[in-house]
Amino acid sequence: MTAVASPSATATGRGARLARRAFVVRELGIGLALVLLVTVTYLANPRFLTAQNIKDLLLGSAILAILAVGQAIVVITRNVDLSVGSILGLSAFATGSVFVASPGLPIPVVVLLGLAFGAVLGTVNGGLIAAARVPALVVTLGTLYVFRGVDYMWAQGRQINAADMPSGFLRMGSAAMAGLPVLALFAVVVLVAVGYYLRHFRSGRELYAIGSEPAAARLYGIPTGRRVFAAFVASGALAGLAGVLHAARFGTLDANAGLGSELNVVAAVVVGGVAIFGGSGSVYGAALGAVLLTTIRAALPVLGINPFWQDAAVGVLILAAIGLDRALSARVGRSLRERKSSHG
Amino acid sequence: MLSLEGVSKSFGAVAALRDVRLELFGGEAHGLVGENGAGKSTLVKILAGVHAPDAGTVALDGHPLQLSGPAQARAAGIEVIYQEPTLFPDLSVAENIFMGRQPLRGLRRIDTARMRADASELFARLGVRLDPDRPARGLSIADQQLVEIAKAISLDARILVMDEPTAALSGVEVDRLFAVTRSLRDAGAAVLFVSHRFDEVFALCQRITVMRDGRWVSTDPADDLTVDELVRRMVGREVSALYPKRDSTVGRPRLQVRGLTRHGSFTDVGFTVHSGEIVALAGLVGAGRSEVCRAIFGVDRYDAGEVTVDGVRLSNGDTAAAITAGIALVPEDRRQQGLVMELSVERNATLPRRWALAVGGLLTGATERRAAATWAQRLQVKAARLSDPVHMLSGGNQQKVVLAKWLATTPRVLIVDEPTRGIDIGTKAEVHRLMSQLAGDGVAVLMVSSELPEVLGMADRILVMHEGRLTADIPRAQAGEESVMRAATGQAAAA
Repeated sequence: MTAVASPSATATGRGARLARRAFVVRELGIGLALVLLVTVTYLANPRFLTAQNIKDLLLGSAILAILAVGQAIVVITRNVDLSVGSILGLSAFATGSVFVASPGLPIPVVVLLGLAFGAVLGTVNGGLIAAARVPALVVTLGTLYVFRGVDYMWAQGRQINAADMPSGFLRMGSAAMAGLPVLALFAVVVLVAVGYYLRHFRSGRELYAIGSEPAAARLYGIPTGRRVFAAFVASGALAGLAGVLHAARFGTLDANAGLGSELNVVAAVVVGGVAIFGGSGSVYGAALGAVLLTTIRAALPVLGINPFWQDAAVGVLILAAIGLDRALSARVGRSLRERKSSHG
Repeated sequence: MLSLEGVSKSFGAVAALRDVRLELFGGEAHGLVGENGAGKSTLVKILAGVHAPDAGTVALDGHPLQLSGPAQARAAGIEVIYQEPTLFPDLSVAENIFMGRQPLRGLRRIDTARMRADASELFARLGVRLDPDRPARGLSIADQQLVEIAKAISLDARILVMDEPTAALSGVEVDRLFAVTRSLRDAGAAVLFVSHRFDEVFALCQRITVMRDGRWVSTDPADDLTVDELVRRMVGREVSALYPKRDSTVGRPRLQVRGLTRHGSFTDVGFTVHSGEIVALAGLVGAGRSEVCRAIFGVDRYDAGEVTVDGVRLSNGDTAAAITAGIALVPEDRRQQGLVMELSVERNATLPRRWALAVGGLLTGATERRAAATWAQRLQVKAARLSDPVHMLSGGNQQKVVLAKWLATTPRVLIVDEPTRGIDIGTKAEVHRLMSQLAGDGVAVLMVSSELPEVLGMADRILVMHEGRLTADIPRAQAGEESVMRAATGQAAAA
């Protein structure tokens, strides 16, 4: 290896380190903030870290994290999916209804049905965006209300209770395997699969390319429309999965499940370092953002902070994340510039 | 190899191409010249598959070719290098080269290590040092172009279309590009070379096609043509003087720069521009010339030094103060920095004077229109309507609007960065005439230019920068291509 240590090789090494550091710092920064928050809260009140509390935290994070992973896929392509909360609601109610209709259905089948149902709703989003050539923000704002409206019509004020669903299914919502809640395992599997796909597959990298510079993506011959469509289907499918898990966790379902959660999801993604204008960031960051937001909501009451301040705290966190992002990209830009001038 | 017959294309009511023909042969470089708005770029975009022709046929090896998208053009072996490269800023250089066709390993996963190695190998072949892992964001235009060329080479393109690839390159980089292009051509590729620089067209091409007003004018072997003949065919008239530099009396110092330093960009830059003087700032791309201009104008802050206009010191990083002091900056990149592309011609032209033109704090359409019309006439801006958005104009006319916008503020110091880049020869002469006229009126003009003939033809004095430092200050009488190039490449001691 020492034989190839030419000037260009060292330059390569330095650039790689720089890029890696930028990547690591993003995720690391959120991780540090999380550790700091947990430590401070624990010191203030050691009961914050009881087994039950940790489990609750993981359960709460899991569903938000799955939604955030789906949202990150869409945001990376310079789009946004505001309808995920409504898709979750519809999927959760559909899950309950399926069990009411045929209680004997195996759980894996129901999970797959939820995924497929969400994917169908995602297809509606993707199709409208592709056909109408309208910004995703507008289209999904529309479907947010449409899907929720369908949910209300379907439910007609009814409620599906835990008694209507098989106990095995409800156990899945609170049981643990190897110390981890099953819901968190779902989230980890989704996270690792999507993270690996985005990093190591052509079509995954093309999603980043589309978000980074849409005009260039078209000139490269990337099937932009198809990729963005697929991103919305994926986001919908994950929201559908989240709906099934929501049903399993809470057991009581009405048409209000997941109401307003879309903004929480977008916040998690942004806090997690995914650039809102696409092209950069990772699903790992988005998932960490989801855990951080959930932890903050749990920690503030423990710290004795007025619950009315919770939203403000989340807001400050978003602004801090954006500020960090700016400072970071400025620093990376500067060091790239200095490197270039030293080369001549 | 590739032939176009009777190709026409209209955008709305505007006919961009009318009955154009073109034939490219393997192993031959073909020059395409014409004024701005002659339809060269539209032709390039048809070859790239971006636009579909309204009429006419494109044939490859005698078989008709349907170019319904960039992917088809690429599949047919056509690779286009644009004047302004389009890369993905967030992705690595290696990914930019191989996007969509990254080397794969098992399970169709991307083989990152091989992709990086392949990119390094391409850069080694090109003789450049670029880090495949760094993001494309922050690369100079020259480096971005190299990434595009590396991409074309990696594709083994049979037909290489280059749309003014040298507009932003310095001499060394152009030589490197030409060496690479020649080797591709000698390997059997057909090259279509679109350029405004005749010396380059003649140096590279065997045959030259001239276009005018969207029509094909002529195609001849390069050996049968002269520059004068080409110019005559392009404009349909003789261009009398390309560089109408009038001698003007040099007055007192207007713009003084002392010890200006911005870490990583330039160091200890100091010079004076007098009223009535045109001073050129020459050097290779990346020498720090544009950065100096931006610092003077207050766009970027500097770390040390001072800037004075007529003896009054400007505060660091304060664009408003610079404008008040009478500095006007015509930036290098007119699309991003010079104009608001969506606004109308008249809005753009009156933007810096919107307060002066306002009546009681409100802008009235009438005053704006009158002021814009005056300037459009003086600079001979060709626009269908002044209320059209600026992006509908050709490059040369856009540059005129940028000029109009600043000239209307009656500046005392005019800084122009690559004023004629990508502009056709007729407009070029007009821009030069204008600069000369301004200097005659007592304005101090600082011109950044990569085109040596322009530098030598226009400037009273030539400052040369190399790697962020001023290396030479050459008076017009002693300036020659050689002395400037030597200083620009750092071979001469400071004069």
